[in-house]
This record gives sequence, structure tokens and C-alpha cells, in this order.
Amino acid sequence: MPTNAPTAALADVTSSGSTLRRFLHGLPGVDAVGLEARAASLGTRSIKTTAKAYAIDLAISMVDLTTLEGADTPGKVRALGAKAALPDPTDRTTPTTAAVCVYPDMVAVAKQAVAGSGVKVASVATAFPAGRAALSVKLADVRDAVAAGADEIDMVIDRGAFLAGDYLKVYDEIVAVREASGAARLKVIFETGELSTYDNIRRASWLGMLAGADFIKTSTGKVAVNATPANTLLMLEAVRDFRAQTGVQVGVKPAGGIRTSKDAIKFLVLVNETAGEDWLDNHWFRFGASSLLNDLLMQRQKLATGRYSGPDYVTVD
Amino acid sequence: MSDRLSVFKTYKLYVGGKFPRSESGRVYEVTDSKGNWLANAPQSSRKDARDAVVAARKAFGGWSGATAYNRGQVLYRVAEMLEGRRDQFVREVAEAEGLSKSKAAAVVDATIDRWVWYAGWTDKIAQVVGGGNPVAGPYFNLSSPEPTGVVAVLAPQESSFLGLVSVVAPVVATGNTAVVIASEKSPLPALSLGEVLATSDVPGGVVNVLSGRTAEIAAPLAAHQDVNAIDLAGADEVLAKELEIAAADNLKRVLRPQPVDYAETPGIDRMTAFLETKTVWHPTGSLGASGSSY
Amino acid sequence: MASVFEYAPAPESRSVVDIAPSYGLFIDGEFVEAADGKVFKTVSPSTEEVLSEIAQAGEADVDRAVKAARRAFEKWSALPGAERAKYLFRIARIIQERSRELAVLETLDNGKPIRETRDADLPLVAAHFFYYAGWADKLGHAGFGAEPRPLGVAGQVIPWNFPLLMLAWKIAPALATGNTVVLKPAETTPLSALFFADVCRQAGLPKGVVNILTGYGDAGAALVAHPDVNKVAFTGSTAVGKAIAKTVAGSRKKLTLELGGKGANIVFDDAPIDQAVEGIVNGIFFNQGQVCCAGSRLLVQESVQDELLASLKRRLSTLRLGDPLDKNTDIGAINSEEQLSRITSLVERGEAEGAERWSPACELPEAGYWFAPTLFTNVTQAHTVARDEIFGPVLSVLTFRTPDEAVAKANNTPYGLSAGVWTEKGSRILAVANKLRAGVVWSNTFNKFDPASPFGGYKESGFGREGGRHGLEAYLDV
Repeated sequence: MPTNAPTAALADVTSSGSTLRRFLHGLPGVDAVGLEARAASLGTRSIKTTAKAYAIDLAISMVDLTTLEGADTPGKVRALGAKAALPDPTDRTTPTTAAVCVYPDMVAVAKQAVAGSGVKVASVATAFPAGRAALSVKLADVRDAVAAGADEIDMVIDRGAFLAGDYLKVYDEIVAVREASGAARLKVIFETGELSTYDNIRRASWLGMLAGADFIKTSTGKVAVNATPANTLLMLEAVRDFRAQTGVQVGVKPAGGIRTSKDAIKFLVLVNETAGEDWLDNHWFRFGASSLLNDLLMQRQKLATGRYSGPDYVTVD
Repeated sequence: MSDRLSVFKTYKLYVGGKFPRSESGRVYEVTDSKGNWLANAPQSSRKDARDAVVAARKAFGGWSGATAYNRGQVLYRVAEMLEGRRDQFVREVAEAEGLSKSKAAAVVDATIDRWVWYAGWTDKIAQVVGGGNPVAGPYFNLSSPEPTGVVAVLAPQESSFLGLVSVVAPVVATGNTAVVIASEKSPLPALSLGEVLATSDVPGGVVNVLSGRTAEIAAPLAAHQDVNAIDLAGADEVLAKELEIAAADNLKRVLRPQPVDYAETPGIDRMTAFLETKTVWHPTGSLGASGSSY
Repeated sequence: MASVFEYAPAPESRSVVDIAPSYGLFIDGEFVEAADGKVFKTVSPSTEEVLSEIAQAGEADVDRAVKAARRAFEKWSALPGAERAKYLFRIARIIQERSRELAVLETLDNGKPIRETRDADLPLVAAHFFYYAGWADKLGHAGFGAEPRPLGVAGQVIPWNFPLLMLAWKIAPALATGNTVVLKPAETTPLSALFFADVCRQAGLPKGVVNILTGYGDAGAALVAHPDVNKVAFTGSTAVGKAIAKTVAGSRKKLTLELGGKGANIVFDDAPIDQAVEGIVNGIFFNQGQVCCAGSRLLVQESVQDELLASLKRRLSTLRLGDPLDKNTDIGAINSEEQLSRITSLVERGEAEGAERWSPACELPEAGYWFAPTLFTNVTQAHTVARDEIFGPVLSVLTFRTPDEAVAKANNTPYGLSAGVWTEKGSRILAVANKLRAGVVWSNTFNKFDPASPFGGYKESGFGREGGRHGLEAYLDV
């Protein structure tokens, strides 16, 4: 079994397409019904009062506040940056978000907008979201973003190659992007909705980690099925097992579809009871989201004042 | 009777969970058994039939995929809602069928009980008509019933409510979705049933109710390539033969008209008529390469 | 377990349920005192708080209740099936409406977590009535003849582990088929059955159709021995089941028994490991392991033993033991002091016989009856903890090398209620299931129940099936 294999053995895993394939297909299977039942069961945890206050602040600090639209402008990105740096102007004890996430051509604007706040700038790259471009184009995309000052790169894998079974191609591409990213932390997006099966998601998770991902990320937010409790639970199991085997800790970022505080807290419960408290930090867990932040802020205001807040009392970005 | 002028109800079709008027814009006069005007009912066209089939097909995945328990709960909810509208249906049935109030009440009560009867079948029919098959080999072999798909239902012409429910409920209890053509002469209870379904938990599109000329609406349904079965309860002999011929084009399952006493407790044949049987084989084999020593 | 993400207490409100200071026996539609005036107290096992004082039925009360049931039988059995169906549908709906109240009540009286009563017991109870309601007017289609007849008065004795669910398993099919019942709940968990009497009142059920006798084993013994009882149904220990079988011997009483078990959960090396771990946890720690079909023996293939046990131990460390009313509690209280001492002594015996005991770090509350989740490794077929039903949160881990060996060990018990098989290989599931001598085999899941699915044992786990079409047979004259 893979998790019993000595760490050194993992080095050989990627020596050829066939060894990589054998390794990935030798990972324990995932029973979909059982996985979803476990995720649903953890979803019934009831997080109240002090625990809720802690979870809301933690969740705010984990948000990668995102705008990835064709209509993005410098003005929109500056507003986003300001919001990330000062989520609630009425309460300056509110934590900043972890990062803003933008397209490469907006990195410089974003960098300026968050300067001095501690908020990182993440940039999607590698022909996001489809990833259908030549490797040279993808790498140029990454280098542009890094040169513009991106602290983090969110790359997409080649789902076509993955589904065709060409795992080595996917692996080599991640390795190349890893190298092009330089000091930036690398998040590897699998687009779990397109990988379709849980077995595929587990394989992709290990593939990404073997190739040097700092984070594994569910989705682009651009397809029908994005982050779900079940696929995130599965990825949390993968990072947990990977660290147990290699000593290397990898972060997890669910993205897309997480809109309410209640949802976000459910994900934090998954983190807490699956990977464990070492991941309860924005260095190791992120939410790719936009509207989530305002819901978290409204819940935060509710806890502080005892009254339900409304959308007029949080800022639009 | 008070002097107050009553508010008339506009009767509409029930398609995809919504209440459209007929696409044709036509209506026809509905009268009671003595010829008094009751309402104008929509006179559905072939395009209404087409829209209803699209709605029924769209609803099929969710409805057939719901657990049998869930379908039972939903259908029982229909009975609860019918009970709440009992007086309305008693009046409509009395007017439609020329029955006394007490006879109409008995018909409505029997109709509500019929829903309850079919609600209880959803999670039992598989145990009655399915089961394991002892094949002579190292195989697990299980047969289970599955819904046929979209079923066109020509509701009985005379029994406007009990007969209607007796043909619609078995179709949907088993997980099919239905396009129902109401009794041509007495469509009002059927159109009101649509209002009950819309306020129960039945997903839109599971039952679609059309009123109008039975022959006119049935022809495109019988020929429709995306309809899987047809219940000809409301067709006369000549029409039934015509429709059965049209239905043969994509080998629809056809339930021919037959004399039925709708007051009697039904058997299971209206359910099995719209069920396919799926048999799954899977190897069992032995415990080890050398055969089981146990 | 001190964590950076400490869940604050999230208690379910007790105010949804109103427990009276005392309750009588429910006979012929009314609450009455015991003939001899005896009472007993029911306590909450998580706090030892006295919840209420309950009438204690004796032989005279049993006779009274059986007579009431007999009187009610004539009319009840003559009702059209459709009318009986509608009563049962009403009961199902009222239970759905009152499910939060009943869940809190059950948690208070039994000690099991609210998460379980809310998400498992109560939905299953309502579903069971709903399912059998539908059979009441379809008995001619059930395969027992065109017009199968009821038996008469059913005497039913149920245990404390799933008080209301076991009531539903007993009463729903009995009423659907036209029988009337006298039911005795366990002495440690009488309350939900008495609340069920109120559900019957709201449903307008004719008096005498359901009678509830609270009390001890002597009342149960008198009930099964009563000459005017036509059917005896018992769920509980194998020892009592054997005694009941002797009592009814030579009579014309129809008997069904759901007794103990020592279920094997077999994990092959190609199992979906994370889900297997969940299944093992659910198999033995659901309801504190006080489940007759619990997967109390883990049979793991030697090649994955280390990996599986490491995962299992890590998972057990996340279980939350404590206040059963807290919505985040996974492990509640043991039902009674008596049961706790039984578990304790069997576990001590396991240690004395050389099995290796392990529990996660786990703080037990001061008051109440508690036992930490416990694993035994290095267990062999010869150990007491591999043979005796413990009926507590105690898992014995054994290993095997081949499928043959797994099956041989799984079957090597006088019991035969349940088993689990974990492997991604379909043919292995079926081959192993085929050889297992157990009434229920779960594959890649465990402890799943459904009103449509028959449940019951082989060998000394009892006979007869509850649930599904098969469950009707126990209450029909066939």
C-alpha cells in the first residue's frame, strides 16, 4: 500500500508514465456513498457562540477574494483590494482576507491596492480556466504574473491529458509551472467537476502533491460543480496522508459555490476533523470566493451586536 | 344563496408546474349534465402536447431517481391536500357527472383513498414484482422493476375524477411522468387536480394536464417519439386502434381500453403496464483460486 | 482534547418536551395505575437525574391489558385494510410532526446522542409506520394468500437500546395486519412508549388496539405466558429469548425473536480505507455499541492491518463523548449502571486474557454511566471479547490472511445476525456474502436500516424477520 511505502520510493514513482500510473491506480479506492455520508455527517456539527466567532474570523482570514471576469477593470480590482485590506470599515478588529485573486494583467494594480496591508496577491495563470494552450504560452502567463509581483500562482491542470490517462504530461506541466513560479506559492487547480469521479480526484491530489504543489485547489468556479464538502473532504484526506508519508504539508483551497458563513464553517469543521488543527491557518487553507466575505461580515456584526445585519451595512466591492 | 356575485375561476392547463393557457388561444364550453354552462376550458393544441412531453421528460430524471419512500411521502401529501379541497371536488364531480351531493362525496372520498392506496405502493411494488433469480451458475442475479418513462394518459371520459386518479396515480407512483388528457366532456376536476398537485410536493412536470378534444391531442402524443407508453383508457374502439398503430412506430407500451369498475380496489396491472424489468448479473465466484474449502 | 477550534456547547433545548412527574400504564385507551400500586423510577443515564415515576405492571395488569386488546381485536381486524392504513399514516405523520420532541425525550431517557435520535431513530420510526401503513390494504399482494388473516393479540417485549424504533418495528406490522398489541418497553426506557400512547390518542386510534405496560422482566414473562396471547415478539438478549421459547413451547403462539449478535466486519486489503474506517466506527460506536447487529469484531486482512489501525485510532481520537443533548456529541452515556458494569467486567476479562486494550484520550463526566471507546488488539478467536456479546463501545480486532479464513472466523460464533464486507471487488463481496451465516450482510457500509429491508438473525441471533414484505409474515396466520 502506498502509505506504507518509504518516502524514498516516491521518488521513483514519477520516473515514467507507467510507474506513475501504477502508483496512482494503486491508491485506495473511494466509496462515493460513504464519502458523501461522512461529509454530510460533519455538516451537522453545530458551531455556536465563541466557536462561531473564532470560525468566522478564521474564515475571513482565509478568503482569497476573487474577481475573474472579462469585465474586470483597474477600478474594480482596486475596489477589491481595498475591501480585502479593510473588509469592514466599521470594525477595524476584522481580519484582512488572505489574498486577492485576479487575472495576470491585473496583478500590478492589485499589488498596489493591497500594498502594506499584508494581503497577498494571487493570480490565476496557465490559460485559466480551460488550460487549453501550449505549454510555452502557459509558462509565459505564469512568468508575467510573477514578474508583476504575484505572491501566489493558481494554475489549472490539463484535464484533457488527465482524463486521457497521460498523467506524466500533467505532472511535467505542474513541475514546469512550479519552476516558473519561482518564490510564489503554487496552487494547483484540478477542476474536480470535470474529473468527475472521486477516484480521479484522489489521484489528481497525489499527482499534484508529487509535482510540488503548495496548495491543491478544487475548482475554477467556472463550471457547473465546484467545491463541495465531499470533494474537499477527500482532498483533506489526501494532504493528511501525504504529510504522514512524506513529512511535507500541502494546503487545500476549495473554490466556487461557497457563499454563506454556514457553508464556510462546515468546511472548517471538515478541516478540523480530517486534516486537523495544523491546517486551521490561512497558510494552509483558503476559500476561493467573492460573495462569501460579505456574508461572513454580516454574521460577524450579528455576533457583535445581537441584531441581524443587512446588505446595506457591508460594502460592495 | 346570497346576492353576492361570485368570482369565476379561469381554468388553465397544468404543464411543467405552471398554469398556461392553451398555446392555441382556443377554449371550449364545458357544461354540466343538464347542459348548463360551467366554464370555458382550454382547448389544447398539438403544440401544448409537445410542450407537455418536454416538461414530462425533463421531470423524469428527478422523479424516477427519487427514492421510492420519497415518492410515497409526496403522493400521500397529495391525498392530504385533496382532503382539504374535498368540498370543491364534490361540487365539481356532482356537476360533471350529474350525481347527488352524497353520491359525489362518496366518489371523492374513494378518490382520495385511491391516492393513499397508490402512495403506499411506491416502495412495495419492487418487492412484489422483482426479486432474486436462482440461476444455475456462479452469478448473483436480481430483477427489479423500473419506470418506462413518459406516459401519455387518456383519462376515462365518464369517471371524471375517480377514473382520472385511478389511471394517473399508478403511472406516477412507479416513477413515470405523465401527460394526461382530461375527460373531454368533464375536464374541470382534472384541471383542479393540477392545482392540488402544484401545491403538494410533486415536482413540476411529473403530471401535466391537458384539456380539449381527446382525439386531437392524443394523435400527436401517440406518434411522439419521446413518449414511451400510452394508456388508452379514454379512447373509444376506433380511436384506440388508430392510436395503437401510431404508437407502434417507436414501440410504445400500450394499455388498451377495457371495461373497468373504478369503484373497485384495483389490482397492480396499471402499475406493471408501465414498468420495465431490469435484470442484473454479477459474478460471485469462489473465495479463492483453489475453490472454496469452507 | 484541547484544540484551537473548540466547539462551544450546542445543547438541544429540553423545553420541547414536557415530562410529567408520573405515568400510568396505558390500557384500553387510558392511563391507569398498576393494580398493586407499584411504581419505579426512570433516570437519565447521562446525569442519573430521576425523570419520572412509572407504574410497574404486574400479572393482574397484564391480564387486564390482554383482555382490552382481545376486546379491541374483533373490530380492528374487521376494519377494511384501507381504514387501518389511514390510522397508521396518521401515526406516521404525527411522529414526523413531533419528532424533535420525541428525539429529545429518547435522548434523555436512553442516554444516546441527540444527533442519533434526531437523524436516525426518529426518521426511521416515522418511515416504519409509513411503510407498513401502505401494506394494510395490500396484504393480498404480499404473497401470503389472497386474504391472509391476523393472529389476534400480540404480546411484544422490546429492549432499551432503540426504545421507540423497536416499538415501531413491533407495532407497525402488527396493526397493519389487523392484530392488536400489548407492548412492554424496557424498564430503563419507558418514556417514549408512553408518549407514543399520546400519539395514538391524537391519531384517534380505537381504544385497546395498543396497550403499553411499563415494568420489569416479570411483567414481560407474564405477558408472553398469558394464555390469550396469540403471538409473541421479543427483541433482547439470547438468554431471555431462549427462556421465552421454552415458555411458549407446546402452545399455539407464533414466535419471533431478535436476539444478540457478534457481528464481523471484514476488511480486505483493497477496501476503500477511509470509508471502511467510518464504517467500522459506525459499526461499533453507533449508540455506544449497544446494538445487537454491531460490528463488534473487526476482521482485517493482515497486509493492511497497520495502516487501517493507525487510521482507526486517529479517527477515534476525534470522537466527542459527553452530554447526549449536545448536538456535537458522538458518544453518549451507557444506558444503565447494570449495563456499564457488564461492559466493564467483560473488558477487564479481555485484558486479563492478554488482549491489548486501547482507548483515545477521553474525559468521562462525573455523574452518569460512561465508557470510553475501546479497542482490543491481539485478539484471537479464543478470547472472551471475541466470543461474548459485550453490547458496549468495545471493538475486538482480529486478523486474517485469505477470504476463506475471514469467512471461517466470521462464522465461528453461535450468533448470526450481521456482518460487513469491505472490498472494491464486487465478486468478492458476493462470494463472501454468500458464505456468511448471518441475516444481514452490509458491504462497504454498516448499520444501515430501512423499513423496506428485512432484518433478523441466523442461529442463536433468533428467528423471524422484521421489516419489508417479509416482516408481515410474523403477524399473519400463515
